[in-house]
Amino acid sequence: MKKQTLAATKVSDFDRLNRDWYIDKTVQALVFIGGISAIIFIIGIFVFITKEGFGFLVGDFSFKEFFFSPNWRPTSENRATYGILALVAGTASVTGLAMLVAIPFSLGTAIFIAEFATGKTREFLKITVELLAAIPSVVWGFIGLAIMNPLIIDIFDVPVGLNVLNAGIILGLMAAPIMTSIAEDALKAVPDRYREAAEAMGATRWQVIYKVVLPAAKNGLLGAVLLGVGRGFGETMAVLMATGHAINIPTSVFDSVRALTATIAAELGETAVGSPHYQALFTIGNSLFIITFIINLIADLVVRGVRKG
Amino acid sequence: MLKRNALLVAVATMVSALLAACGGGQDRQVIQNKGSDTLVNVAQAWAEAYQTVDSATVVAVSGGGSGTGIAALINGTVDIANASRAMKDKEIKLAKDGGHNPIQHIVGYDALAVYLHEDNPLNTISIEQLAEIYGDGGTYAKWTDLGVEVPGCKDQTMVVVSRQNNSGTYAYFRQTVLGKGDFRLGTRDMHGSKDVVDLVENTPCAIGYSGLAYATEHLKLACISAETGGACVDPSVATASDGSYPIARPLFMYTNGEPTGYVGKYLDWIKSETGQCIISEKGYAPAVPVNCG
Repeated sequence: MKKQTLAATKVSDFDRLNRDWYIDKTVQALVFIGGISAIIFIIGIFVFITKEGFGFLVGDFSFKEFFFSPNWRPTSENRATYGILALVAGTASVTGLAMLVAIPFSLGTAIFIAEFATGKTREFLKITVELLAAIPSVVWGFIGLAIMNPLIIDIFDVPVGLNVLNAGIILGLMAAPIMTSIAEDALKAVPDRYREAAEAMGATRWQVIYKVVLPAAKNGLLGAVLLGVGRGFGETMAVLMATGHAINIPTSVFDSVRALTATIAAELGETAVGSPHYQALFTIGNSLFIITFIINLIADLVVRGVRKG
Repeated sequence: MLKRNALLVAVATMVSALLAACGGGQDRQVIQNKGSDTLVNVAQAWAEAYQTVDSATVVAVSGGGSGTGIAALINGTVDIANASRAMKDKEIKLAKDGGHNPIQHIVGYDALAVYLHEDNPLNTISIEQLAEIYGDGGTYAKWTDLGVEVPGCKDQTMVVVSRQNNSGTYAYFRQTVLGKGDFRLGTRDMHGSKDVVDLVENTPCAIGYSGLAYATEHLKLACISAETGGACVDPSVATASDGSYPIARPLFMYTNGEPTGYVGKYLDWIKSETGQCIISEKGYAPAVPVNCG
């Protein structure tokens, strides 16, 4: 039956409305929907978060208080204040420290995998790095709480080990795998003839990497770092468990802080739906969404820049 | 545990319904009891135990929070509402507008203990001092401000432990200790009484507050005085129920009008020695001094 149909099909008959044509169109439509679904979800989420937080934006919201006051007291009997400065400082300090931890680790691993390791070693390392990315964040949080906390108290002789240092290290280890993968891609994208040329000039391996490969891969590496920053801003569970959850603008790495994401996670569950507190939490969510969106956008543009060049 | 209790109540309900049916037309009354999650375990224990007292009365208990119970009383769908806070004026007015007359019964007390590390030499703390530690604009930041040196706490800086800002314990502590004031920023806000106790237990510099029911033997419970230098009261079931302990919150049951009939009988039994011994077994203070043996 099928053979017959195929045999009967001439080149000029390809546009005929037979079963294959319909299957082709259906699959096309499904793939198209799949392709744009991410965009639909993003817009849907953005609209939802904005809608939930809208009452706050037109009501109790004051731009100056929201962004420049450290007073987060949404349930105060006197006067509820909604300042997120301390929370932003908390998130930023933890993410900043995380990058200090993650950049040397991930860059070192990426250089080793891309430039030195060969054969089985390389495959094994790549798989292990990917495995590291699969550890759930609550497990990282548990490590922060149960292992890092007493360790920090012992080593640095501080009263509480749940602080910027703890969360920064944990978050750095969490962000390192994805940064390693992207950085490795960037290094692989540097054409071999660059290396060959440098070697022909008598450069050592270190000189090749330091003087030729790294500058050529610079945009891709920057993109990797920015993606890591985006990961840091959005991480919730590990940060909630390891920071100590105290509203505080940190002056040292041993201060406890509170992150934007952790505040939403800790308070949303028991807040009356539709109250200003509830809406303020959604406005925080919105701010986070916009921040990570901008960071990812910049990262994407930067990475794209290197591919064209 | 909660689920099992609920199951037991359900089984008890069915069994007693069956017995009532076999008993030949004996009337079976159901008391609807709803509200506070703090009280729900106690309420279920009462309901279970009451089966042996009066098998013709069945108590159906559910939680949902004080607000839920009070709302149900306003709507007239429950006989007894449980609450870990007093009804607000607005709520009483709403109930009266609907033709209901809420009557308050104190069925027990929940004492909030101020927890210290076991090495902390401090024994007594006053409400004023607590306000200086916890309040916005408070001046105490180091243990030396209170005249003590805590061994193992390097620079004597207090680690102030509090609760997340929508907890009932947080709200009660704020109202009682800080009055109209706010908490200061920078307290470590734990998500649950157990977390507070754990942190204080492991941190020499720490101070925290939580229900007395969470006390462990590795913690020190501060003796609380109303004024600095005044006589202090240790937190205990006895001092909470006689009202001498200053930060104990009453636990309420609300009925619509003065309870009569089987509801009245049930409440009388709760306030009796048997009922009050059950609440003290659950870690709360009874409303009246009792001798449970």
